[in-house]
Amino acid sequence: MLILKWFNAQLLKMEWLHHLVELLVNAFGLDINSRVGGSIHFFIYDTIKIFILLSVLIFGISYIQSFFLPERTRKILGRFRGVWANILAALLGTVTPFCSCSSIPLFIGFTSAGLPIGVTFSFLISSPLVDLASIILLASIFNWKIAIAYVVVGVVLAVIGGSAISKLKLEEYVEPYVYGNKVMDGEQEELTVKDRVDFAKEQVLDITKRVWLYVIIGVGIGAAIHNWVPESIISTILGKDKWHSVLLATFVGIPMYADIFGTLPIAEALVAKGVGLGTALAFMMGVTALSLPSIIMLSKAVKPKLLATFIGIVTVGIIAIGYLFNSFTYLLL
Amino acid sequence: MIIKILGGGCANCRKLYTIAEQAAQELGVQAELVKVQDMRDIVSYGVMRTPALVINEKVKVFGKVPKIDEVKKYISEEM
Repeated sequence: MLILKWFNAQLLKMEWLHHLVELLVNAFGLDINSRVGGSIHFFIYDTIKIFILLSVLIFGISYIQSFFLPERTRKILGRFRGVWANILAALLGTVTPFCSCSSIPLFIGFTSAGLPIGVTFSFLISSPLVDLASIILLASIFNWKIAIAYVVVGVVLAVIGGSAISKLKLEEYVEPYVYGNKVMDGEQEELTVKDRVDFAKEQVLDITKRVWLYVIIGVGIGAAIHNWVPESIISTILGKDKWHSVLLATFVGIPMYADIFGTLPIAEALVAKGVGLGTALAFMMGVTALSLPSIIMLSKAVKPKLLATFIGIVTVGIIAIGYLFNSFTYLLL
Repeated sequence: MIIKILGGGCANCRKLYTIAEQAAQELGVQAELVKVQDMRDIVSYGVMRTPALVINEKVKVFGKVPKIDEVKKYISEEM
């Protein structure tokens, strides 16, 4: 237990870094309880923490992911039927390397291989929403209970969303060119340990290059909220007692495009300012699961009716999750 | 020889293009390099991850940027 506690405090929450940055800020004659000192501390501490966790996590996770490349996932999914296929798709979505830029080829590749569109949508929902790295970051910023609850509701949303799309029989609303493409079955030659390490290294570089700006902006906004925006304003707009807070957070989040790593510091600052946990999570899920760029891309492969159904289901799901978390926060914090 | 680079203009696709160009040059191969950026054309090769390298209509690599020596090997296979 003691080791676990130490692991949580020092490795996950990085309390040593918190103190170190505090010393640094103090060295410049600033108090971390003051506004300026507090913002600088939040900014430096969160940026360094996220980048350390990001590199270590992505490396480890990419190594695991190299066993679940999309070609393999597709093959595994082909063996399952009904809701089991949706559940498996949602779970594999959490470990399959994914970037919103590849969602369309993936959608087409899965569909061409004969996977039901509902199963593919389960995958498409869970993949950006629940990432292995995000679980550990959530545990670092909040706690393990919240991290696990987040994963569970994310997967449930993906399963329900995909199953609903199956039930609605929307196959005819997929653009015709999506069907009947060649399916490359031959997995590339078996990867060696060195290949996997190389793959993991490349992923670290790739993802860091892709997300660093979002992280800096996210931490910047977080620091601003943390120290400069009066609590009264935030609680008037997004306070726990405001019924519309979750709706507002979701609809502001949806059009935005950012990585989950960039949105976490914002969620962290909001919760510290008294915003409901469900409201902060709804914002985060809105940003990561749906965004204008990904919707525009998806519109090239599916017709408006299916696209609208997909957006509708995910939006309703996120809002429901938001209210659920707000109601049961006392169990998690 | 026709060498196609599949990918919607991502950084890795440009990297692969440069590597393929250099590989063909170093091998002294007369090759026509084509960028395939339209999603419909890309998926018609059955590729789910870009960038991909296609030589004489055969998919050689996908989902990663290969080293130049690998690319040379693939070009030699098709000579």
